[in-house]
Formats: sequence, C-alpha cells, structure tokens
Amino acid sequence: MKKLIAAFVGSMALASAPVALSAEATKELKMAYDADPVTLDIHEQLSGGILQLSHMTFDPLLRWTHDLGFEPRLAESWERVDENTMRFKLREGVKFHSGNELTTADVKFTFDRLKESQDFKAIFKPFSGINVIDDYTFELVTSEPYPLLLNTATYIFPLDSEFYSGQTEGGKDKSAITKHGNSFASENLSGTGPYTVTERKQGVRVEFERFDDYWDTESPGNVGKIVLTPIKENNTRVSALLSGGVDFIAPVPPNDLERIRNDKNANLVTMSGTRIILFHMNQERVEAFKNPKVRQAIAYAINQEGIAAKIMKGFATPAAQLSPAGYQGHNESLTPRFDVAKAQQLMKEAGYEDGFTITMMAPNNRYVNDDKIAQAVAAMLARINIKVDLKTLPKAQYWPEYDNRAADMMMIGWHADTEDSANFYEFLTFCPDADSGAGQYNAGNYCNPEIDALVQKANVETDLDKRAAMLQEVEQRLYDDAAFVPLHWQDLAWASKKNVNIEPVLNVMNFPYLGDLVVE
Amino acid sequence: MLAFLVQRISQALLVMFVISVIAFAIQDGLGDPLQEMVGMSVSEEEREAIREELGLNDPMVVQYLRFAGNALQGDLGNSYFYSKPTLEVIAEHLPATLELVIGASLIIVFLSVPIGVYAAIRPQAWLSKFFMGVSTVGISIPVFLTAIVLIQLFSIGVTVNWFPSDTGWGQWLNEFFTTEGGLPSYGRGDELTHLFGTWESGFFTGTGLMHLILPSVSLASIMLPLFIRLIRAEMMEVLQSDYIRYARAKGLSAGRINFLHALKNTMLPVITVGGVQIGIMVAYTILTETVFQWPGVGLMFLEAITRSDIPLIVAYLMVVGLIFVITNTVVDLVYGLVNPTVKLTGKKA
Repeated sequence: MKKLIAAFVGSMALASAPVALSAEATKELKMAYDADPVTLDIHEQLSGGILQLSHMTFDPLLRWTHDLGFEPRLAESWERVDENTMRFKLREGVKFHSGNELTTADVKFTFDRLKESQDFKAIFKPFSGINVIDDYTFELVTSEPYPLLLNTATYIFPLDSEFYSGQTEGGKDKSAITKHGNSFASENLSGTGPYTVTERKQGVRVEFERFDDYWDTESPGNVGKIVLTPIKENNTRVSALLSGGVDFIAPVPPNDLERIRNDKNANLVTMSGTRIILFHMNQERVEAFKNPKVRQAIAYAINQEGIAAKIMKGFATPAAQLSPAGYQGHNESLTPRFDVAKAQQLMKEAGYEDGFTITMMAPNNRYVNDDKIAQAVAAMLARINIKVDLKTLPKAQYWPEYDNRAADMMMIGWHADTEDSANFYEFLTFCPDADSGAGQYNAGNYCNPEIDALVQKANVETDLDKRAAMLQEVEQRLYDDAAFVPLHWQDLAWASKKNVNIEPVLNVMNFPYLGDLVVE
Repeated sequence: MLAFLVQRISQALLVMFVISVIAFAIQDGLGDPLQEMVGMSVSEEEREAIREELGLNDPMVVQYLRFAGNALQGDLGNSYFYSKPTLEVIAEHLPATLELVIGASLIIVFLSVPIGVYAAIRPQAWLSKFFMGVSTVGISIPVFLTAIVLIQLFSIGVTVNWFPSDTGWGQWLNEFFTTEGGLPSYGRGDELTHLFGTWESGFFTGTGLMHLILPSVSLASIMLPLFIRLIRAEMMEVLQSDYIRYARAKGLSAGRINFLHALKNTMLPVITVGGVQIGIMVAYTILTETVFQWPGVGLMFLEAITRSDIPLIVAYLMVVGLIFVITNTVVDLVYGLVNPTVKLTGKKA
C-alpha cells in the first residue's frame, strides 16, 4: 500500500513538473464576441472580425500603439529612402506555425496577394511594388509620395509563403482567395502570431493555443489557450460573463453598462471610438437640400449631445465633424451647434418657414441604437417644420436601399480603414463618380470639387504638419457648408472578469492584442 | 398502408415544391448577400463581378430552374457563409436542435401526464388549482422572458435582501429567495459524445446535461401548460363517459380505471396535438436557441436571414417542411396503434 501511495505521489510530481516549467502561458481564457471569424483566410474579407483574427494568429510589420503611434513588430526598423520609397528591416529568426522561417520572400508573397484581394486591393492601390533587397531587407514603393504608407503597412501580416503555395490534393491552388466555396487558405492557417488555431466549428467555437516558438519572448502574455464562442444575442453575452461562463466579452451593449459596472466581479473598459454615425441629405432628391441654409438649419436643429446622453446613455462622443480626436483632420474648434431658434431663423431665410416633407431611412440592427437615433432625429426635425417619413430596416435589406439612394435622408456609420481622415472624405463627401469609385457612399450627392482637390493635395503631402492643416481646413469647410449631419462617434466597450487584465491590450481600433494579455 | 405512404410522399413532394417556390420568390426582399461577403470599401465593379460569378444576375426563373435541377439530384446549393453544401450545414446543426426538442418533450411528457390526470381526478384539490393557476401564467409569458428570468435566477444568481435580516424570519426569507446560480447559460458545453455521423450528443456527460437544463425548461414552458390543460379536459370528459361508469359499477380498482381505460382514450387527441406541436416546437427553438446561443438549426436560420444567406434559408425551410410532413405521418401511424378503429386512408371499415 505504501508503495502504491509513493508511486502515486511520484507520478503526481512528474505530472506537475512540466506545468511548473511553462508557467508563462498556462492560463485559459474563454471569450465571447458577437461573431466568430468568417474565414481563416485573412485576405478574404476586410472586417473587424478578420483583423482581430489576424492579430491573434499573425503579426503585422508594425502595429498601432494606444496613442495612435506605431510600434515595430515583424519589421524591426524602417527608414524613408526617397519620397516614394520606404525601406524596412525584417526581424530575424521569426518562425511560422509550420516551422518555416520568415524572410522577405514571405512579405513579397503577402504583398502580391493583398494586391489581388478584392477587399484589400483598394487600400494598396497607391503602392506600385515591392523591392526585395536581401533576405531581411525590402522596400515598399508607391507611385506618388504617400503619407499613409506606414498606416497601410499595419495591414501587412506576412503569410507563410511556402505553406500557402502549391496545390491541394484536389488540384486547387493553395494561394487562391475565394469569396465563396472552400479554399485551402480559408481552412488552414500558418502565421507568425502568438496563437495557432487548434479547432474550429464555424458559428460554434474556435480554439486557439499558444504557439511554442512565438518570436516575441518579451510579451507578458500568459494565456496558453483561448476558446472563442460567438454569442450574438447581447443579453446572453452579458449573462455569460456575469454567470462566470466566459472571462471576456465584446462588445458590451449600452443598456448593460451600468449592470456590469456595478457587478463586483466584472471589469468594464470603455473608450471613445472612431466610427462616425451621420445622416446624408440627398440633394438630388430634395431641391431644398441644395440650399446651404436649409442644410445648416438641419445641422442647428439636431441635438447631438442630447442623443449621446439620452439615447446612447453616454456611450457616444457627440460629433460635429468626421475625424475623431487623434486623427490628423480632427479640428478642435468644431463643436455641436444645437440652436433651434437659429435653425428656425435659417429656414425662414431660405424661404422654407412652413417646412416640407422628406423620407428617411436607417438600419435597425447595424449600429448601436440606430433606429432610436433616427426616431430622435426625425422628432428634432419636426421642430423646424420638416416632416419626416421614417422607415427602419434590418441591415441586410438596408444596404441595397442605400445603394439605390432610396430615401432623402439616410444613415451611415463609417470607420476609416486607414485610420486616417482622408478616407472619410473619399467615401462620404467626394463628388460621386461611378468610374473612379469616389464618393461611393455619398448618399447626399454633396459635391464640392475644391474640397476634393484639397484632399487630393493632402494625400501626396508627406509633411505631416502641413497635411494636418489641410485636412482640418477640409473639416472646417464641410462644417460651414453643412455637407452632412454628423451625430456621434460610437464608443467601444469591453468587459472581463476582475482577474483578466484587459485594459493594456485594448485599443481604439478594436483589435485587442491578446498575445500580450495577462490573466492573474 | 402502402397506399397511405405513397399518398404521404406525394404530399411531401408537393409541400417541398411549394416551399421552394415561396422561398425563392421572397429572396429579393431578404437583402443583398454581397453585403456580408465583402467589406464596405469594395468597389461596385468588384461586387458586380462576384454577383455574376454567383449567378445572382440571372433572371429569377433561370435561377429557380438551376436550383430545382440540382435539388432533384439532392444538391440544395452551397451556403454563402459556411461555404459548404447547405444540407451538410443543416446536418451539423440539426442534432443540437433535436436534442433540445427531445429534452423539452421529456419534461413535457413526464410532467403533463401526471399533473393533467391528477387535476382531472381531483379537480377541487388545492394542488390542482395551484397547477392550473401556474399554467395560466406560464402560457402567457413569452419564452424570451422565461429564458432571461431563468438565466438570471439559475446562472447568474440573485441575492435577496428585501426582508430585515436581523430577524429570524427575515433572514430565512432572504435566504429562501436567494439563488446561487452556476448553471451554464449558453452553448452545449465542451464535452459532447460523438454518436454517429454529425450527431454529437450532450445526453451522456454531466456538463452536457447541465447545459441542456435551462434551454429545455424554457422551451418546455410554452407547451407544458397547453398539455396539462388538454389532458385534464380530455380526461374529465372521458371520466364522464358510460364505459367508465360501467367499469366503476363493475367494481374495478380506481387505478385500473384511471390509468388503463380512461388514460388510453384521453391520449388520442393529445397525440394529434402533440405531433403538430413538435413541429411548432422546432419553430420555437429559433427563440430559445437565440437566447441560449444553442448551436442548432434555429439559431443558424436566424443568422442566415441576417446574412441573406439565401441557399441556406431555402434549404432550411425545405427541411423543416419535411420534418412537419414526417411528424404528421408518424402521428397518423401511432394513432392507428392506439386506436385500432381508425383507418389510415379513410377506406370503409
């Protein structure tokens, strides 16, 4: 009997030994997002979910810091060679999940694939090519001086070229990007990131395990296993956290902020976001909207602060422009201008004292409280005698209507993929042009070629101070012209159990750097 | 029997055909599947190219004929979101739903029969009145709310301090209403037993069963009151009939009368309603599965709608239609077993 116990104790000691050795990454994290990644191919779709996956399983050349600066990741350093060229030095000794070593060949492969990707090619359009100097040195070349070169480089997550090359058993090209139907890359993954995907059941769960040979040995991260469960229903997601079923959730619905803040076991982090919510006023459909006075009257009639406080429960930052704080174009002097008397005065001056009737459309499941915001705006417009016929739709039906410009005022939310002001103007306020794709989401048909020219000029200005001044002037002019009705920037919120220290790894882009997450 | 089956199969085919036509006809109103497949900043040209590739630009009739041609060979198309054949996607999600329905059905059967019978035999007992009262409340609360309340009570837990805790009774009442929580509130858990094919079962592990409790109770809560009332009403009617009175006069034991002679005849209409209700229950799973993030076909269908995953929507509707036809057929067959005087095809006896 004694022998048996001794043997038992001995085996226990053996079993616990390896655990003690790898104590750096032994914690398990259960988390719930509102959706799981659509695919494992990070070039198939440009979306928040895919970028979150990219930061878990791959590493970018460089990444954003908290204060919207850059920190080196797979690129150790970079320097500008000339106006159109940036030279990068790649980190040495970085291993992919497959065991292959990272070289510039992988960066080139990735760059070429991005140029092919339907979703990413637009962002990489300013780039004319990549020059490979040696195994660890390469240059990115743009066709014109491009101030956003580094912003764009945050989207380059080097892929394992050897792993993604060749043919599958079925004779399909492994590097193919397929929007529908199975491709090799949509089900297999090899990156340099902190986690590998060990199991994936779409819509049910994804399991990640810490990559043993992860290059960043200085990362404080101690999470060895992550289980991601998509929970779409807001209430259920919050319940899962409060009942202890999961350790970390995002997003947190505004209605539950108080509940989580008051819970003694939960930890809430909120941040002012960068996604602007706005209404366009369609000048092609409504004659009155061509009159700047009418547009200004509407801008004066909307109480952004009221919406942010009452409807969004403080979960939004009231906006009077497109660029959020921290962006180059953000103009400090522009603040919401709510003033009903002034609005009525302007309507009178424009000759529309008796008002008119317009149609309005908004989605009802795309942005936080989108339908309620639209109702509030409609009620506010009634005070300057504009009668609104409002229709709200689920997003799947809303976007086709949006493409048809089916109502006089339409809501849209926009986040700049480049984390830069110019992106807002290009999509939302540029003169619509079907050929060039400019103003693709400009449902107001607002068109001011002077402003467009100014943005174009800023886009080739590499002196960032000068560029910022130009973009801020653009904001000022759009504001004066009341080109659209800005409402607010939607805030971001995450919640976790107390022992999960999420705050340091969160950022305004909403891709948590989970590789560096510390669980106590 | 054979004639009956042939008749049912041809009915099923007709149902399938009608569903597929309707599903196809409404797809224009379901939105643009492209929105979920590409990022916002993808140009119109690129979108057009993908639409062309998917065949979304063809006239509706062409699209339908292509679909019907493939459907006849057992191919209901590929889901846009899952990038897999829709039937495979449904097969992966169906076991979860079926287990939920089985769990709820077990609760219903084991509770409604005894309670219904008891309430019929002792209509005046306070316990009967209590059950009837609770069932009225149960029938009028939406499943969504039931589910949320259950989660709050049994997953998160509630601490009650409504009563003065310095008194003995207050302390006792506080403790009585305080719940611990701890039951899982979402999903099916990590430990599933693989049975066959795509069927992974939660019935054989502790955690699997724990995960089943709240969703099954919520789902059962809609149907349970209905069945209790139905059984009670039917039973009371049967108890008034002549053959029961005769059995009593003959001196048969109460247990034999109630549970053998009366209950058997009570169950006839209950089975009919039950068959139809199981079909409806599959529909109710959409709500229950959403609240509990239960990875079954209901949740899958709801998400397919928000994503405009048209092939998956069409396939789901057809499969559910098929389930309806099958359950009704089975009900008719069981009917014949319980009551031999019922003729399936309506021939003269």
